[in-house]
Amino acid sequence: MMGRTIFIDPGRCIGCQACVSACRECDSHRGKSMIHLDYTDEGQSVASLPTVCMHCEDPVAPCAEVCPADAILVTADGVVQQADTTRCIGCANCVNACPFGVPKIDLQAKLQLKCNLCYDRTAYGLAPMCATVCPTGALFYGTAEELQAERPGVQVADSFVFGESEVRTGVAMVVPADRVQWPVPGGLPVVEINGKDVRR
Amino acid sequence: MTADSRTPEPHAVVPIDPSLAPPGTRAFRDAGGIPADRWHADQNGETLVPTHCCFCGVQCGMYLRVDRGGKVFGVEPRNHDINRMRLCPKGVNAYQQVNHPDRLTAPLMRRSRDEPLREVSWDEALDFTVAEIRRIQQAYGNDAFGLLGGASLFSEKTYLVGKFARVALKTRHVDYNGRLCMVSAAGANKLAFNIDRAGNPFSDILLTDCLLIAGSNVGECFPVMTQYVWGARDRGATLIVIDPRETAVARTADIHVALKPGTDSAFFNSVLNVVVEEGLTDEAYLAAHATGWEEVRAKAAEYPPSRAAEICGIPAEQIVQVARAFGRAPKAMAWHARGIEHHSQGVENCLTVINLCTATGNIGKPGAGYGTITGQGNGQGGREHGQKSDLLPGGRSINNEEHRRQICEIWGIEESELPPAGTSMMEMVWQMQRREIRGLIGICNNPFVSLPNYRVVKEGYDATEFHAQFDFFLSETAANAHVVFPVTSWAEDDGVMANAEARVVKHNKAQEPPPGVRTDTWVMCELARRLGAGDKFAFTSSREVFDELRIASAGTVNDYYGITYERLEETGGIAWPCPSTDHPGTPRLFEDGKTYHPDGKIHLQVVEWHPPMDPYDDEHPMTLTTGRTVAHFLSGNQTRRLGALVEQTPRPWAEVHPSHGFRNGEPVRVVTRRGSEVFPALVTEAIRPDTVFIPYHWPVPTAANALTIDALDPRSKIPEYKVCACRIEHAERIDEVPAPPVAPGHVAYPETQVSRTDPLPPTSPQGRGTSERS
Ligand code: SF4
Ligand code: SF4
Repeated sequence: MMGRTIFIDPGRCIGCQACVSACRECDSHRGKSMIHLDYTDEGQSVASLPTVCMHCEDPVAPCAEVCPADAILVTADGVVQQADTTRCIGCANCVNACPFGVPKIDLQAKLQLKCNLCYDRTAYGLAPMCATVCPTGALFYGTAEELQAERPGVQVADSFVFGESEVRTGVAMVVPADRVQWPVPGGLPVVEINGKDVRR
Repeated sequence: MTADSRTPEPHAVVPIDPSLAPPGTRAFRDAGGIPADRWHADQNGETLVPTHCCFCGVQCGMYLRVDRGGKVFGVEPRNHDINRMRLCPKGVNAYQQVNHPDRLTAPLMRRSRDEPLREVSWDEALDFTVAEIRRIQQAYGNDAFGLLGGASLFSEKTYLVGKFARVALKTRHVDYNGRLCMVSAAGANKLAFNIDRAGNPFSDILLTDCLLIAGSNVGECFPVMTQYVWGARDRGATLIVIDPRETAVARTADIHVALKPGTDSAFFNSVLNVVVEEGLTDEAYLAAHATGWEEVRAKAAEYPPSRAAEICGIPAEQIVQVARAFGRAPKAMAWHARGIEHHSQGVENCLTVINLCTATGNIGKPGAGYGTITGQGNGQGGREHGQKSDLLPGGRSINNEEHRRQICEIWGIEESELPPAGTSMMEMVWQMQRREIRGLIGICNNPFVSLPNYRVVKEGYDATEFHAQFDFFLSETAANAHVVFPVTSWAEDDGVMANAEARVVKHNKAQEPPPGVRTDTWVMCELARRLGAGDKFAFTSSREVFDELRIASAGTVNDYYGITYERLEETGGIAWPCPSTDHPGTPRLFEDGKTYHPDGKIHLQVVEWHPPMDPYDDEHPMTLTTGRTVAHFLSGNQTRRLGALVEQTPRPWAEVHPSHGFRNGEPVRVVTRRGSEVFPALVTEAIRPDTVFIPYHWPVPTAANALTIDALDPRSKIPEYKVCACRIEHAERIDEVPAPPVAPGHVAYPETQVSRTDPLPPTSPQGRGTSERS
């Protein structure tokens, strides 16, 4: 996991979509939001959770791996960039490959657009737009230590299981303490997700 | 990826504006953030103007991004004390209204309501207005002309509204739309403490052990406050939410009491009952600091949990749980909002909360106290300086001879010239209906959407012989007027607002008003001049008005004297009272154990629960309650024009419990004694089966306020928005949401700027190549 990254805490999300609006304000894709908000249990609960690019580490960025034009660059600090406009052919392979449903295709421009962790901001020490404005801290930008200092006892996970495959990501998720199983290399724990216990 | 490849190369530290950086960024930069050259982009040459959000009472700090041509074109979060960078979607999108295509840029006028509004010169509009004021006042007396202000105005302008009404129009009839907001809390605070504001700053929430939130959907109405709520929870505080709906914050509360709307005072009396029974009162504190405790205790004894549980429609154990959690906490706090204030016993509801805080000794300490969450940006400051019918500047009473004399001296008028108290906003509409008020100027308000019982409101306005409205968009109410004055938005003038903590903050002018647009200050002063009171209104800037306001408030409880523009810019906000320029302000009240009553005590008040004004019967067995949604603000005049917010919440809905057999999106007709409207159903288990919720930001035919009752609290005169009797039925179809009165024209986002020919995405790292306006 990167030193400073986004931590998502669905327990705090109030579904206000400030993150969605703020993402639209970003200068590199103004007018289009690269975040979406999911409403789980609609009708039963007001729970919601934001999805940003998870900046997959292992396997490294499935979207980049499948890109036939080598348009998706992964930086040395693990940020999976939005497609290089001079290379992207708008084929949507990345859309299909992403396990989290993140990249989008601008059909008119035939261009892929995705969250690049506000590289233009983070490179200068600013937090990404979404995590900056999120009124509740459901999106937090910083290190795991900074998060834990602010929220004592908080537990995070950076691994997700889809069927048989496990994906380790650069963006982490806050999880209930009792779901955390054991630490994995890198010092961060793995958790049971999507109904599957990843120990087995 | 190996561990090593993830560690960035050491890199030259890039200087950034520290006020823009989130906490802890130094570590990142020192570890070597990587600004590849191609991401350098200071070509925009933009300026960041520090200011605050124009919307709710949190008053989040923000920067407006101003381009080289001097136009506002974006927003950048600001690391201000209040919000620490956070913004809600309204705040993020607020800048879009500044140069919105719907902005009014020339006065509109018509001589009768049969004609369409047409653009006219400023002179023509002003002359006609002055002639009509003269005609109406000569024919029917000065009080036949009324003035309705707004709580989104800067405090300077609200001061001018009060002065303009009494000195230039010489009418007693002046009131403001803050009357629809937090006046119940204000009334209760005055009665108990003789000071009208929250007792504690937001930051105290982080220190409390038990946080009780009553009647406030914090997540949607004051989203940025949730970081304090979650912060308290992170530190182990117990969170109690009293709300008929399971809101986002209630969902995560330790105790969520979903009581029946309109039963709050029975609930709080009963909580006090248990607190007493279990010996959780702070008798030493009560003996030293409160009066009326014996009577309050005796009344609470009449509300055992068994009785209150029946009234409130909740399990009795919940009352006991709340009492124990609140009573046993070393430090406990209660915050409330419109949910308990918008009632015909709104003041009393707030008093029961004060009784609880006082009985448990939770007043005036870090992490212990009470607060009300202001709906409008300047809901707090808007009434402090004489815009309310019964108040003079500095919160002085218009019925108090000494207070009247003081203000007349400052204004340079004879005491006999100062009119007596007038009536409240809703009462003024009734007077318009009865033709007692024949002419009206409305400033920065939209009663056609925001007042209850729309048909009465429409009748009242239609009955006026002359109606002028100040606004920067053609609101539903402005569309009814004879004259519409196009005035500045919040980004085009300087001024102060007081947020929910009574912290005065300064808004800074970010751009020149569009051609043809004047400030509200200019329009009021010009009207005054033409009415012959020009010498009393020789103001050319907000600063001049503010300096008079400071003097006018000096020596009162609402003392602003020590607050100057310079100090506000330096400090980021000062809470009143602040009597001298070296006084730090008063973020927390009563730290010395004294209230502002002459005896220094808290005056506890006995409250008896009584049912809401609209009785239930077989035809109207359910409760209709109304409220806000996060994407929209008040009457929606501003937010219903902003693309992202319209997209987020395009239309209202009726929230109903699954037990009524509706499917999601099905048309549901909500019927009250005042009318019926059809909404798409939002079927959810997050609401009581006996309750329906509708957000109120839209005009007819999908207006919650076509259904609500215009019953008022007898003391605060706040309408009973939060409870009326209704029934729900299946309906055929849903009426279309009307477009705003001017062409739809909401800001369409510019097409993405990424094009095939761009070698790289255009970037402009905010904070680089920018400079703060000095
Ligand atoms: S801004 Fe934060 S709280 Fe609001 S929807 Fe996004 S993640 Fe949730
Ligand atoms: S509406 Fe309120 S919470 Fe939202 S940004 Fe503005 S001041 Fe902050």
